[in-house]
Amino acid sequence: MKPNEFDVIIIGGGITGAGMQRDCAMRGLRTLLIERSDIATGATGRNHGLLHSGARYAVNDAESAEECIRENRILRRIAAHCIDETDGLFITLPEDDLAYQQTFVDACRRADINAEIIDPDLARRLEPSVNPELIGAVRVPDGSVDPFRLCAANMLDAKLRGGQVRLQTEVTGFIKEGDTVKGVHTHNHLTGEDVDYLAPVTVNACGIWGQHIAEMAGAKINMFPAKGALLIFAHRVNNLVINRCRKPSNADILVPGDTVCIIGTTSTRIPFEECDNVAVTPDEVDLLITEGAKLAPSLSETRILRAYAGVRPLVSADDDPSGRNISRGIVCLDHEERDGIKGFVTITGGKLMTYRLMAEIATDLVCKKLKVDKACQTADVPLPGSEEKSYEAVAKKIWETPTTAQKAAAARMGTRAARIRTGNKRDDALICECEEVSVGEINAAIDRLEVSTLTDLRRRTRVGMGTCQGEFCACRAAGLLAKAHGCVERERKDLDDFLQERWKGNFPIGWGDTLREAEYTQWVYKHVLGL
Amino acid sequence: MKYDAVIIGGGLSGLVAGITLQKAGKSTAIISTGQNALYFFSGTFESLQEDRRIQELFTEAGVRVHYTPGVRLTPMGSFRESALSLEDIDLFPSAKIGRKALIVNFLGYHDFFSSFLAEGLEKQGLQCRVRFLNLPELERLEQSPSEMRSVQIARVVDPIWEKVVQEVRLLLKDEDTVVLPQVFGLQDGAVPDRIRQGIPARVVFAGTLPPSVPGVRTQMLLKKRYQLLGGVYLMGDEVVRAHVHEGVVHSVATRNLDNHYVEASAFILSTGSYFSKGLVANPFQVYEPVFGLDVDYRENRNEWYNPAFAEDQPYMHFGVKTDGQLRALKDGQPLENLYVAGSVLGDTHPELGTAAGLAVRSALAVADRIMEL
Repeated sequence: MKPNEFDVIIIGGGITGAGMQRDCAMRGLRTLLIERSDIATGATGRNHGLLHSGARYAVNDAESAEECIRENRILRRIAAHCIDETDGLFITLPEDDLAYQQTFVDACRRADINAEIIDPDLARRLEPSVNPELIGAVRVPDGSVDPFRLCAANMLDAKLRGGQVRLQTEVTGFIKEGDTVKGVHTHNHLTGEDVDYLAPVTVNACGIWGQHIAEMAGAKINMFPAKGALLIFAHRVNNLVINRCRKPSNADILVPGDTVCIIGTTSTRIPFEECDNVAVTPDEVDLLITEGAKLAPSLSETRILRAYAGVRPLVSADDDPSGRNISRGIVCLDHEERDGIKGFVTITGGKLMTYRLMAEIATDLVCKKLKVDKACQTADVPLPGSEEKSYEAVAKKIWETPTTAQKAAAARMGTRAARIRTGNKRDDALICECEEVSVGEINAAIDRLEVSTLTDLRRRTRVGMGTCQGEFCACRAAGLLAKAHGCVERERKDLDDFLQERWKGNFPIGWGDTLREAEYTQWVYKHVLGL
Repeated sequence: MKYDAVIIGGGLSGLVAGITLQKAGKSTAIISTGQNALYFFSGTFESLQEDRRIQELFTEAGVRVHYTPGVRLTPMGSFRESALSLEDIDLFPSAKIGRKALIVNFLGYHDFFSSFLAEGLEKQGLQCRVRFLNLPELERLEQSPSEMRSVQIARVVDPIWEKVVQEVRLLLKDEDTVVLPQVFGLQDGAVPDRIRQGIPARVVFAGTLPPSVPGVRTQMLLKKRYQLLGGVYLMGDEVVRAHVHEGVVHSVATRNLDNHYVEASAFILSTGSYFSKGLVANPFQVYEPVFGLDVDYRENRNEWYNPAFAEDQPYMHFGVKTDGQLRALKDGQPLENLYVAGSVLGDTHPELGTAAGLAVRSALAVADRIMEL
């Protein structure tokens, strides 16, 4: 095979694409992943990070519920370092119908979800932040998952198995021979190079942007962009996921994650043109705060760190162009059967929770096309970093008496934290003090995880995700990146982009301490540093 | 006791007003919460140029300032227009500041941007070399992963400045310019000059991430000057209540002196902007928390921000409303003896300048009004 020839090309560096690349690589295929910006930039990185137990879907969508609980159990096994096993509550408030609780619990049990009605008093003790007015509570095996880490671990595993990754690379067209897709034309946004890649099968795993990619290949998919807005609070006020025990609605899930907690979401149909630049409106912010405070009253007094929004890749049935019959399930399209386009597959719909299953379904199809007979193993083999369950045990094994920064690194990287250069005070120096990210961890990310910008670095290490939102760590890290890439001019522009990206999530909630911090950041970069 | 003036806020404007009033024989007290914008001062009094009165005030306090038309070097290697500056900040006639530059940083110090400086200077035609000093004296700081910061480094390197000079001389080849981080002269403002004299090239100090060593020194010197003139500096305290009757402020209560009202004939509000909580924003309004003064701001929250970070941000222009004599307005009426100075004014008085320039000019203006009383 020539260097630009592969068994399968996967377009899209979200969790579906990364999971798919891992699955294909595990089955011995030569894979190439192409992503126009960075990993986890679409819906993957723009949701709650909820490790669904499936309970939320139990009443209305039994199939999704069953998928979720199966994948929930699998992810606990294979992605330990990306997951926080918190458990969750479904609470009933005085304004909700308590009778719904039994319907809910019955539906959960039918889906094999362990849902246990507990006394409201016990709920208040288990989760002191919960609205004390609650009149009912059900405990379920919800948790939280770090989608950036999960995506990076899948990509890394694929790479360790020989997979190749091209980030910042956009597919500009398909190479077709008659009705067969033979490969793709690409443009690299960093180097400016145009390169063709060839493979007998190309997979479209682009989420909402998949409609456009399919069109380019000559197929038509009806997708319906639905925006969901969320808020990140600067403290982890809850330790259990808190949901409302009622028909799913706006802003009724509060998920703890790392040092923060996240309330969401809303659901608004938006035009396709807005997918690349979704904005959070003041009305959405107000709704999220009001509804969030019903789950945990202290939220109304808690500093908000960021507002952000993602776009769900909803697909309507082929015979329903109006979108009335929209599915939240997994959609795997064999375009040879459906449209007569050979060598082209679309995998879309689904959820973060079911990415592995989506990857398995699509990889099965790819293998069938390539006549490869290998079983899927992604449910059994842990992701790199997840070989051990407890990050504290990992940290102890590596450092004996780990510092809090080393524990934080072990929690982020799992067993791969052993690869951080350490023992040298210069590698231990902290770049990001909010999240305790050291020079060593940043260099480890730059070495192995395809980092070209500060924003990429943030997704892989949490640099700049903390309370100061990159105030000081951004330019410190920029210094390291400038050194690693040998280009200061590019880094200057990168720093501008990073600050803009941080501001984008700050100004919709720009008051109180958030505004103080933003003013300080503006002052430091514009007046002190002269950017 | 009743003061002639009580100043709320001990940053640049509060201190300048206090010093001016004390010098004129007035009795004053400053109530200060603690750190202020001088801790992240760029060293440049934006919008000020040569001004005899201001330069004299600073010189008497031991704060050395200078001005020459031209440009100054920013910490990221670009050039900005000159303004009245601390002596630490070099001012050049043009951005072509030399032929060859040696940029020296401390090993393991990430808050000084040597590679950005090099790139910026190379754009101006200078040849640059970046070198790192590995001083055993700094090892103690590196034991902790977050101690390599400007002020901590200054405490270590100030006493051994001669050694720094020697080390830099060893590195120096044929460069005519040496760039060092602004981490010298925290306690003794003469250190930067001694370093300049010890190195046979033009020495330029470029800024670091905050805290600003020259800024912290300036704060200490101004505060000392104020206290030597007999001013009372109440550090770590904060006004919690004000007693206002028929448009006149009679006294204020502070957190530490809660049952003891501090009385004065005049009051100065110099509490800074949002960061110092001189202005407070919530989702519905921007307000002034001590007196509930009228604030010039836009009611629609959407209009507070420009979505582009680099653009001018409307919220930064909001400020307390005042009359022509800088007396604060409350419910549209001026409070007879409450004057406003510094960044809590926002840009309601553009003729007074911006940033540090505004702080100094407005402080002098309100001090003059009070002295006329």
